[in-house]
Amino acid sequence: MTSNDAPKAAEPEKHATPLLDELETGPWPSFVTGLKRLRDAEGKSYAPMMNDLLGQLEHSYEKRMGFWKGGTVSVFGYGGGVIPRFSEVAEKFPASKEFHTLRIQPPAGYHYTTDLLRQMCDVWEKHGSGLIAFHGQSGDIMFQGCSTENTQKAFDEFNEMGLDLGGAGPALRTSMSCVGHARCEKSCYDEVKAHRSVINEFLDEMHRPALPYKFKFKFSGCANDCVNAIHRSDFAVIGTWRDAMKVNQDEVKAFVVGHGRKYVIDSVIAMCPTRALSLNDDDTLDVDNKSCVRCMHCLNVMTKALHPGDDRGVSILIGGKRALKVGDLMGTMIVPFMKLEADEDFEKLVEFGRRLIDFFMENALEHERIGECMDRIGLPAFLEAIGVDPDPNMVNHPRTSCYVRTDDFTDEAEKYFERKAKEAGLTVAAE
Amino acid sequence: MNAPAQPRRPVESGVPDPFPFMHPVMKKNYGNWSWHDRPRPGVLRHVAWSGDEIWTVKAGTQRQMDVFSVRKLCEIADTFAEGYVRFTTRSNIEFMVSSADKVEPLIEALTAAGFPVGGTGNSVSMISHTQGWLHCDIPGTDASGVVKSLMDMMYEEFIREEMPNRVKITTSCCQINCGGQGDISINVQYTKPPKINHDLVSKICERPAVVARCPVAAIRPAMVNGKPSLEVDEQKCVCCGACYPPCPPMQINGADSTKIAVWVGGKHSNARSKPSFHKLVVANLPNNAPRWPEVAEVVRKILYAYKDNAKDWERMGEWIDRIGWPRFFELTGFAFTKHHLDTWTGSRKTMNMSAHVHF
Repeated sequence: MTSNDAPKAAEPEKHATPLLDELETGPWPSFVTGLKRLRDAEGKSYAPMMNDLLGQLEHSYEKRMGFWKGGTVSVFGYGGGVIPRFSEVAEKFPASKEFHTLRIQPPAGYHYTTDLLRQMCDVWEKHGSGLIAFHGQSGDIMFQGCSTENTQKAFDEFNEMGLDLGGAGPALRTSMSCVGHARCEKSCYDEVKAHRSVINEFLDEMHRPALPYKFKFKFSGCANDCVNAIHRSDFAVIGTWRDAMKVNQDEVKAFVVGHGRKYVIDSVIAMCPTRALSLNDDDTLDVDNKSCVRCMHCLNVMTKALHPGDDRGVSILIGGKRALKVGDLMGTMIVPFMKLEADEDFEKLVEFGRRLIDFFMENALEHERIGECMDRIGLPAFLEAIGVDPDPNMVNHPRTSCYVRTDDFTDEAEKYFERKAKEAGLTVAAE
Repeated sequence: MNAPAQPRRPVESGVPDPFPFMHPVMKKNYGNWSWHDRPRPGVLRHVAWSGDEIWTVKAGTQRQMDVFSVRKLCEIADTFAEGYVRFTTRSNIEFMVSSADKVEPLIEALTAAGFPVGGTGNSVSMISHTQGWLHCDIPGTDASGVVKSLMDMMYEEFIREEMPNRVKITTSCCQINCGGQGDISINVQYTKPPKINHDLVSKICERPAVVARCPVAAIRPAMVNGKPSLEVDEQKCVCCGACYPPCPPMQINGADSTKIAVWVGGKHSNARSKPSFHKLVVANLPNNAPRWPEVAEVVRKILYAYKDNAKDWERMGEWIDRIGWPRFFELTGFAFTKHHLDTWTGSRKTMNMSAHVHF
């Protein structure tokens, strides 16, 4: 054999992927087909990386084990936002030995133009693997697959486009807000403004992790909670209203004609959790607004007839998280209503956020979420620390345990009546 | 020799302003929407108080997307829509258009390109999922593969709206459960205590932090083979895997011991009932890559028991609340075992403390 017969530039052999190939059949879009498109992209710098990535993934499917480990990779000026991944099987799959993710914060409400998406693709083809997730469970755009060397270059270009890194580790995390005001008639506050006002105030806590553990804000425009804030955030902001819901009785009648009385009774009236609805004999709707808990069900069913009231704002629930370490916790109602319309209302929201972050920083143990901290010290101590007064909306019912010392009960009751008088606009004797 | 280039100072711009990327009709009517309906599965029509309309066509994606798929979606958005899109929290893409006549050609283009149109209202939407073997450092399975297998099985339920109410499904590759709560949740459930590589523990792990991480205080410092390490009280260990992220030499995964459990009745929304956590139905399902047929069969049984028996607007958990757990296990055919009895803090409150019994 002469040297002329030798293969030219050695084209690395494509890894066989018999197990992954099985995920290319069926009607749902296949991520494996997409990974192969990247592997097969001619002249692209990431093609060899994606070949080895597919090889490692196939290896995982064979062994039923993962083969990535963490490490430390960051960009200049930041302590978090990059998820480092180093391969534990790099000798077999060297081109994907470093496969880091950049967490990039999306525009609030996840709005994109095709122009923005194409720019992102171009940057990620140049410096990364070409693999992007819209979005990760953290709410970030996940640019997955970057070498250590290219991490800074990729970030610099994204940053020039006006994009910034999200959170990772013991830090303020990337937030989410629902589509809200942009397209939804249920929306009770300006989610974009709330989301950006709060998060952009605390970027230092996001970019240089120094909290006891993660801290998440999420913003939903109503109690349908489309961004899962109550389960999945330490600080859930849920839109609501205080006055009566708005009822267009002509539309109610039209709905009854269209759907039938039985459907309205079974699917609207009987499903109201607090029995606040009744269908009148003339097919109009009777609403007991004092019993209504703003659950959103009837508004969801009768979108033309029913709307939130005019006196709008938010409820704030604190302390949601998943199992680790004390077990699942849902957010607990801490602020039943905060007006959120004028600029100073948004400033108050940011201020309350700051109070919670400061409390968290000073009082939580290492790796303890704020919900766990609340449980450890008890709600009365927590409320006192953050300067919030007790409110019956915070509980399903008052305590059932008699193990409590109540010798200052009368003083506490007095404070309650003073607050009530103040709320009602009465002059308090002490003042 | 050149001096090393000065690193570029970042602009800490934070959350980007979405208005430059928002459809003009949505921008114009921001905060002034009146009502919406769903003219067909996968399509939403929102009407503003001004009378303006915005039509949304929703399509499923594979979430882990190559740039070619993203550019294909952009091409469709520019040719058949108006260049403005959103991604939902479940990785569906939404195309917004200002007139009804653009909807059908857009649906055709998406369908022809292999992106199913659906996921609205009372359908089974895309599964929210985690990173898995593709990218996570502690995964027990590959979420993308499980999801692809399940969405293939439930494809018809994505493109139709035939469920009693919306069905939100999640998958998670470990018990940290990054996928979140769901009407149905498919989560890795470890079945064996960690296997410890004692040669590495003292080099890699901050031992007091690992001890503190254990929810049942089953880990203690120990000298093993003359080296400082950690040991696990296997009688106490609940195999949660919490020690593995801070201490990778405590390997929780095993080709045969990493199993999958299926949970039902989680709900985020406050509509009707309060938000709820999902509850265990079946554990110990095999982690059977690449198609997880045993898991798909369990999900199919639960999904169709719900479809056939729940009333309009009842979510999975609300349906079970009405019919009772005995009937749920009877309808689905799964076993009720001692492992369904909660043993964690506060578990007594999950028991039936009444004479209410279903027969």
